[in-house]
Amino acid sequence: MAKSALLKSSLAKKYWMAFTGLFLCLFLVGHLAGNLQLLASGEGARDQFNEYALFMTSNPAVRILSIVTFASILFHVIDGIIITINNRKARPKGYVSFKPSTNSKWSSRNMGVLGTIILAFIVIHLINFWGEMKFGEWETRDESNIEAVHVMENGVAVVEMEEQDQTSNLIYTTESGAEVKDLYTITIKTFQDPEWGLIWAIIYLIAMIAIGFHLYHGFGSGFQSLGINHPKYNTFVRRVGVGFAIIVPLLFAIIPFYIYFVLDKI
Amino acid sequence: MRQFELTHHQIFKSSNLQIKDMNLTLKIWRQKDAASKGGIQTYPLGGIEADMSFLEMLDVLNQELIDKGEEPVVFDHDCREGICGTCSLQINGEPHGPDRGITTCQLHMRAFKDGDTITIEPFRAKAFPVIKDLVVDRTSFERIQQAGGYISVNTSGNTQDANSIPIPKDQADAAFYAATCIGCGACVAACKNASAMLFTSAKVSQMALLPQGEVEADRRVLAMVEQMDKEGFGNCTNTGACEIECPKGISLENIARMNREYMRASVK
Amino acid sequence: MGVLDSKVPQGPLAEKWVNHKNKINLVNPANKRNIDVIIVGTGLAGGSAAATLAELGYNVKTFCYQDSPRRAHSIAAQGGINAAKNYQGDGDSDFRLFYDTVKGGDYRSRESNVYRLAEVSGNIIDQCVAQGVPFAREYGGLLDNRSFGGVLVSRTFYAKGQTGQQLLLGCYSAMNRQINRGKIKSYTRHEMLDVVLVGGKARGIIARDLVTGEIERHSAHAVVIASGGYGNVFFLSTNAMGSNVTAAWKVHKKGAYFANPCFTQIHPTCIPVSGEHQSKLTLMSESLRNDGRIWVPKKLEDAKAIREGKLKPTELAEEDRDYYLERRYPAFGNLVPRDVASRAAKERCDAGFGVNKTGEAVYLDFSAAFMRYGREAVSTQKIDNASEEDIRELGKAVVEAKYGNLFQMYEKIVDENPYVTPMKIYPAVHYTMGGLWVDYNLQTTVPGLYAAGEANFSDHGANRLGASALMQGLADGYFVLPYTMGDYLANDISTGKIPTDSPEFEEAEKNIRGQLERFINTKGTKSVDYFHKRLGKIMWDKVGMSRNATGLKEAISEIKALRGEFWKEVRVPGTINEMNPELEKAGRVADFLELGELFAKDALHREESCGGHFREEFQTEEGEALRDDENFMYVAAWEYTGEPADAVLHKEELKYENIEVKTRSYK
Repeated sequence: MAKSALLKSSLAKKYWMAFTGLFLCLFLVGHLAGNLQLLASGEGARDQFNEYALFMTSNPAVRILSIVTFASILFHVIDGIIITINNRKARPKGYVSFKPSTNSKWSSRNMGVLGTIILAFIVIHLINFWGEMKFGEWETRDESNIEAVHVMENGVAVVEMEEQDQTSNLIYTTESGAEVKDLYTITIKTFQDPEWGLIWAIIYLIAMIAIGFHLYHGFGSGFQSLGINHPKYNTFVRRVGVGFAIIVPLLFAIIPFYIYFVLDKI
Repeated sequence: MRQFELTHHQIFKSSNLQIKDMNLTLKIWRQKDAASKGGIQTYPLGGIEADMSFLEMLDVLNQELIDKGEEPVVFDHDCREGICGTCSLQINGEPHGPDRGITTCQLHMRAFKDGDTITIEPFRAKAFPVIKDLVVDRTSFERIQQAGGYISVNTSGNTQDANSIPIPKDQADAAFYAATCIGCGACVAACKNASAMLFTSAKVSQMALLPQGEVEADRRVLAMVEQMDKEGFGNCTNTGACEIECPKGISLENIARMNREYMRASVK
Repeated sequence: MGVLDSKVPQGPLAEKWVNHKNKINLVNPANKRNIDVIIVGTGLAGGSAAATLAELGYNVKTFCYQDSPRRAHSIAAQGGINAAKNYQGDGDSDFRLFYDTVKGGDYRSRESNVYRLAEVSGNIIDQCVAQGVPFAREYGGLLDNRSFGGVLVSRTFYAKGQTGQQLLLGCYSAMNRQINRGKIKSYTRHEMLDVVLVGGKARGIIARDLVTGEIERHSAHAVVIASGGYGNVFFLSTNAMGSNVTAAWKVHKKGAYFANPCFTQIHPTCIPVSGEHQSKLTLMSESLRNDGRIWVPKKLEDAKAIREGKLKPTELAEEDRDYYLERRYPAFGNLVPRDVASRAAKERCDAGFGVNKTGEAVYLDFSAAFMRYGREAVSTQKIDNASEEDIRELGKAVVEAKYGNLFQMYEKIVDENPYVTPMKIYPAVHYTMGGLWVDYNLQTTVPGLYAAGEANFSDHGANRLGASALMQGLADGYFVLPYTMGDYLANDISTGKIPTDSPEFEEAEKNIRGQLERFINTKGTKSVDYFHKRLGKIMWDKVGMSRNATGLKEAISEIKALRGEFWKEVRVPGTINEMNPELEKAGRVADFLELGELFAKDALHREESCGGHFREEFQTEEGEALRDDENFMYVAAWEYTGEPADAVLHKEELKYENIEVKTRSYK
C-alpha cells in the first residue's frame, strides 16, 4: 500500500503540488536575482548579463536544475489539472446559494485560474526569450537590426560588434570566444520596442499580479500540505509568504517598466 | 381541566403579542427521494419570533404544511443542543448558517430580519448523496472511521491502570480538541472541493497524539486516507473554509498533522 | 411468575460478583461464532455491549435510529463519570461509591447491583484511557478529578464539558474495530418496532428502515434493549428529539416488566421555556450552583413588575430578594441535591414569584461570586485602591475562566448577557431512573431479553447522582452483559440460526404493518406533535415535580382520553414506504401515550415521597420528602395485561444488609 500511496492518494498529490510549488519559489528567487542585473546600466551591463545567461545555459549543474524546473512546472500543472478535475467531481450538484467569500480568501479558491494565467504567461515568456534563444534564427540584417546595431554602437561600446558577421546581429562573443545570442539585447529590445514594449510590460505586470496572488496562497499552503504547521512558527511562515508574494512579483514587474521608461535606449 | 380546553391555536401559536413577529420567505430544496431530481420551492412564513431556534422555525413551517395537507420538509436533527452532529443544512450559502461556532440547532432567528429571504439546501457532496429534501447520507464518514479510527484493545477488565502512562497535559488537551469533532459534515459542505480532510484529520490526530494510539498510527492513517479517497471526497486545497465553518472550531493544524503522519507512514 | 427472582448471588457483598463470574457458564470461542446477538440502541450501554460481545466472537447486529451510532444521546452528557479510583487519596473506595449511590437514590435501589457498579467503575476508566478517551489531565500527566453534588470525595473523571461525547466516541471506535472485522453489522436509521418471542424466548426484532420504509425481520439468540430513557413523555425535556420509549415499551407489552416508571429526575439548572414554540430544553451544568446564588423577589409585586418588564432584577435591593435555598437549607444552601433544588424552585414559582414572562423561572445570580473572586484577585495581585467596579471586573474574569463556555451558551440561546443580568433557570426533565425490570444478570422477565443503561430500572433507585449515568451505561455494556449473557447463551450453542419465516415473525410483522397503516389511514385533523404537546402538559402539570392523588387520577383519565382521541384524530402525511419522520413520531407518541398512564398509575400507588418522586400528601411539616420504608421499600415492577390501567404490580422487596437506612437531610 505504501508505495502506491505515495503516488495515487489524494495526499500524495498535495505533497507533489507543494513540493514542486515550493521548489518553483526557489527558482523564482534565482531567476529574479538574474533578472535584476537588467536594471544595471553602463558599459558592463550587457557583458555581465550575457555571461550570466551563458553560465545558466552551459553549466551542467544549472542545466540539470533547469530540467528539474521544467519538470516541476509540468508536474505542477498536470497535478493541478488532475486535482481540479477530481475536485469538480466531488460535488456534482452545486449549491443554489454558496457564499465562500465569508469563509475563505479569493486567491485560495482560484489557484486554478491564477495558475492558468501563469501558464499562459510562461508560454509567452518562453516564446519571447527562451524560444528566441533556442530556435530563433541567427538573424539576417534588416532595417531594425541596423538600427539596433547603430544604437548599440552608440550606446554601448562593444568592440566585438564590428568584427561580426554581416549577416547576423545580436551575437555575443563570450570571454572564451564562443558566439552566443545576445540575450541582453534581445530583452532590452523587446521592452523598448516603441510599439510593443509597453504592451509587453503590461502583460508582464498582469502575469506578475497573478503570480503574486498564486504565491499569496501557495507559499503557506505548500508548507501546510507538507505538514509544516506549528502555532509557534505559523505567523512567521505566513509573514514570509505574504512578503514573498508581494516582493518577488513586484521586483519582476518593475524590470520591464524600468527598461521601457528609464533605461537608455539601445 | 384547563389543558383540555386548549385550542389548537393556543398550543401552537404564541399568545405573547408584545414581540413583533417576523415574516420570511423560505426557499427550500425539496426532493422526494434519492432518485428524484428535486428543486427549490418557495414558502412564505409569518409569525416567527426572534427567540425561536432555526429548527423551531422549520417546525412551525412543517406544522403549517401538515395542516394544509402537504408533506412537511424533512431535515436531520436530534439533540438540538449542538453536540450530536445530526443537524446539517446549508443556510444562505453557509453550513449551519451565518453565525460562527454553532450548529444549525443552535442558530436562533434573531440572526435574521423581518422580510428576509432564507435559502435552505442540503449539504452537497458526491459522498453525501441526498436521501430526501434536506437529509443527506453521511455514512461515508462512518466508513472512514471504520477503516481504522480506533485503538485495537479488547475490553478485558485487566487493562493497565489508567494512570500508568502519564500524558503531557498539552498533548492530552490537543487530542481532546481534535476529538471535539461532532462529525456533522460542515467542513465538507463548506469546502469548495467537498474535501473531508478536516474530519479525517481530526479523527487521525486524536489518536495519533496519544501514546495509546501511536502504536498503530501508520496503519491507521493509511487506511483512513485510502477510504476517504474511495468515498469520492475532493482534495484539500487549504482554503481554510472548513476551519471557519466548523461548529467546534477544529483547527487546520490537524490537517497538517495528518499530512505528516501520512507521509511518514507511506515512506516507511 | 408471581415472585420476582432477582438472582442475586449469595455470599458477602464484596464477593458476589467475583463468585458469580466464577460460577456462570461460558461459551466456547468456536461456538460464539454461531450465536447472534441483537442490540437496540448504540449509546454508552448498547455501544459498549456491542463492541465487547463482538470482541468475544459473537455475531452482533446493532440498531439505532440515528444516522450514526455515535450520535446516541449519551453524547450530550456534560459533567463527567464517577469511578472509585481514589487517585486523589481522599478516602474513596468501592464501598464509599456504593454507599453514596444507594443513599443518593434514597434507598430504592438493589444493593448488589450498585456494589458491582462501584466495583467495576475503576475498570471503566482504565478501558476508556486505553481506547484513547482524552480525559482531562493535570500538568504531571495524570488524570484530573473534580467533585460533584452529594458526595464528599473527588471521583469524577471528565473531558471538559463533553465527557459523554468523548466516552461515546471511545465506545464507537471500539465498535468500529468490530464493524471493520465484520463482527458487528451496524444498522443505522433503523428503528426497532417490536420484539419477537419464539417459545417464550426473545429471538429477534422487527425493525423499520427509516430511509426506505421497509419493514425488516432480524433474528438472534438474544436481544439487548439499550434504547435509553423515556423523558420525552413530557414532550419538553433535555433528551434528544428522537429519544423514545418504543423499544422498551414494546418489550414490556410482550412480557417484560416495567419498574418504577414514576422515578424521574428533574434537573434544576436548565434554560427556561421561552414560548409555546419550544421544542427542547437545554441543560446548564450543575457545577454552576457552586458559585451562583438562586433567588426570587421577596414581594409578589416586585415579581409581577419584573415579569412585565417594568423592573430589572439588578434594581432590586438585597433585602427584597429571597435566597430561598439558603433560607430553607442553611447547611447545604444552593448545593442541595437535584430533586430538592428543583422542587424548591417550583414551589416559589407556583406561589407567584417566577421571574420570566411565563412565570416559570428563578434567578441564578453570580454577582456575589464576582465580588468574592474580585476581592481575592485584588489581594493576590496586590492591587491598591481598587474601586468596586474594578473588583467586579476582576471577579468576572475569574468566573469567565471557570464557566465561560456555559455563559456563552446561555447568551446564545437567551440573548441576555449573564455577566450583567442574572441567569434565569428552571427545572427540566432530564433522566428516568425507572425502566425495564432486570435481575442481577440484567435480564428482563423475558428469557433472552436484556436491558442495559438508562433503559433498565437501573442502579439509581429513586434519584440519580451526577456523573453516575455514564458509569452505569459503560459498566453494563463493557463488564456485566458480556459475562451474564454468556451464561444464558451457553444453552444455545446448538440451536443454530433462528429462522425469520416462523409464524411468530410473520405475526409480529403483520401487527407492526397494521399499526403503521392505521396511522397513515386515520387521516385525522391534528398533527402528532399536537398530541405529544398535550400529553407533555398533562405529565408536567400533574405527574411532574410534585404530585398528588387527585392530580394523578385526573392525569390517568386525561391520558386515556387523549390516547383515544389520538387514534381517531391523528394526521400522518406521506406513506409507509418512504422516509417519513411524522410516521416515526406517531409510533413513538402512541407508546408514550400508554407509558404516561402507567407512569401516573405508578406515581399514584407509591404513597410516599422519595428521590425524584414527591407526593404532596407525604411531606414533613417543613415541606420535605417523607419516605415510607415500612410499606414502600420495594421495586414496583408492572406486568402488562392489555391496558396500562390493568397493569399488575409485582414487588421486589429491597433488603439493605450492608447499609443503614436513614433519612436524607440537607438542613
